[in-house]
Amino acid sequence: MAKSTTQTQSAAAKQPQRKWDEVVETGKRTDIPEGLWLRCPNCAAMVYRKSLEQNLHVCPECDHHMRVDADTRARQLCDPDSFEPMWENLVPVDSLNFTDLKAYKDVLASDRKKTGHADALVCGKGFIKGRGVMLACMDFRFRGASMGSVVGEKITRCIEMGIEQNLPVIIASCSGGARMQEGSQSLMQMAKTSAALARLDDAGGLFISLLTDPTTGGVTASFAMLGDVIIAEPKALIGFAGPRVIANTVREELPEGFQRSEHLLAKGFVDRVIHRADLRSEISRIIDYAGK
Amino acid sequence: MSTATSSTFELDFERPLIQLENQLAELENHADETGVNINAELRKLRSSHTAMLKKIYGKLSAWNTVKVARHPDRPQSVDYIRMCFKDFCELHGDRRYSDDNAIITGFARVGPYKCMVVAQAKGKDVKERIKCNFGMPHPEGYRKAMLKMKLAEKYNLPIVTLVDTPGAYPGVGAEERGQAEAIAYNLQEMSRLKVPVVSIVIGEGGSGGALGIGVADRVAMLQYAWYSVISPEGCSSILWKTGDKAPEAAEALKITADANKKVGVIDDIIDEPLGGAHRNKELMGDRVQKWIVQNLRELKRFKVENLVSKRYDRLRVIGQYGEE
Ligand SMILES: [Zn+2]
Repeated sequence: MAKSTTQTQSAAAKQPQRKWDEVVETGKRTDIPEGLWLRCPNCAAMVYRKSLEQNLHVCPECDHHMRVDADTRARQLCDPDSFEPMWENLVPVDSLNFTDLKAYKDVLASDRKKTGHADALVCGKGFIKGRGVMLACMDFRFRGASMGSVVGEKITRCIEMGIEQNLPVIIASCSGGARMQEGSQSLMQMAKTSAALARLDDAGGLFISLLTDPTTGGVTASFAMLGDVIIAEPKALIGFAGPRVIANTVREELPEGFQRSEHLLAKGFVDRVIHRADLRSEISRIIDYAGK
Repeated sequence: MSTATSSTFELDFERPLIQLENQLAELENHADETGVNINAELRKLRSSHTAMLKKIYGKLSAWNTVKVARHPDRPQSVDYIRMCFKDFCELHGDRRYSDDNAIITGFARVGPYKCMVVAQAKGKDVKERIKCNFGMPHPEGYRKAMLKMKLAEKYNLPIVTLVDTPGAYPGVGAEERGQAEAIAYNLQEMSRLKVPVVSIVIGEGGSGGALGIGVADRVAMLQYAWYSVISPEGCSSILWKTGDKAPEAAEALKITADANKKVGVIDDIIDEPLGGAHRNKELMGDRVQKWIVQNLRELKRFKVENLVSKRYDRLRVIGQYGEE
């Protein structure tokens, strides 16, 4: 295994970076049984799926933190079987009758089929090392985890319940930003969720914002950056504008590591960069310090 | 009545209008010089001019609305500060990094009220536009805005914000100084300011960059302003994967004042003079001032707790979803 890894590593050096799901397709085309082995998008090591899952979807070879879906995230953060999803009955509506190259209605349906969720956020109550929390996890597979009315509403309900029941609120973010297909109503979810956080703050509550790869746009520019404590996973892309937009605006190459967790830490915009394996214990420690 | 516009700038869909306006101006001049009585002809031309204005502006497409909102002669924050407010006392800087000229702040008087004005500025000529970064604030602009809003809160002064930005600036320095954090912080803090806040989108309401000074008890849009989650150009390049579908994107995003009012994002539409605010700035100024004074009068009657909780309730109900 170690030997083959080295070989694939050197081969990968010449290849452009690829996204995780594209890699799965590559597996299909070669003779590797589908889904049994996966290729790390960072170092290209072939990793046995089971061992990757046991390793919290962190590459055992290079420590790359893979993107995980909302259910996996909740499972990884919470005590076994303790997470109970809430407000799963909320579904998006196509109130603008929006059509670009595809109809919004159709992409909603196909994303629902793909993810098993009606929208891009799973939230509810759970326990982290025995501590009760309100937990919300965004799912990048659904419309790039963009925030429309359902995501905004569920986050707001989550925060409001955190206030009522005096529970810490933890939001694991990843997002391309506000959802364009719901127009200015999406934009207003930024204000709505931020206003809810102001109430949590007034009530002396605790909000831990966990930033994961990638968190950008209207989500960063609202609740994600309003954590009492802001934690980022290693090397996550975090920003307001996407790197391509910035590069097009300034017409120059962006600095090395720009908009990555470590860069934001150095600039003072996140409190901690924490390895996925340590999230549970570190979040518990923060909850204890806040006396929640 | 002056019918000719001073600018050489022409919106494509206004071309026949402007031809007519030039014709009218010429005729008026001619009449003045020669003393020939051509009143009947003038009257006829003027009425067909009015009819054409009504026809064109009666069914402005979303994309043409964006063009009007960006018209270089459209009144800007500096004009409204001059027209609607008295005794403007400008206050600069965020006390943390610098003074962002894309956002103007200061004490002012509007009608019988003292207030704090927070306004996005675009600039009129090339030099001003560069100084204002074309109306695209940096984080220091949003922090400057919040610092002055907190000052207003301390002295129990209502806040008036004028929104006019294509968006917050997407640059390296802006990112490194926390553009997202600066906007997020404003959203949170504006939602709990203990003084009345009113906001008017006077031109462009470009996404988070607009909302960063736009959380208020009452929000209005001028009739031909636009307000949305992204600019039509940005939406076109992401969803249509090409830059040239901005007209389609503008339509799909429902960026107009009417559409925004329908979904509760704004409360009021301030009508523009026939043919847009750029055709009659002073009249536009009057209407804007009237709206501000009327809304401040109403909001001043609220107890602070009610004011803040109503502001929350206003946001709380925005956004449509279904239940299964
Ligand atoms: Zn790896």
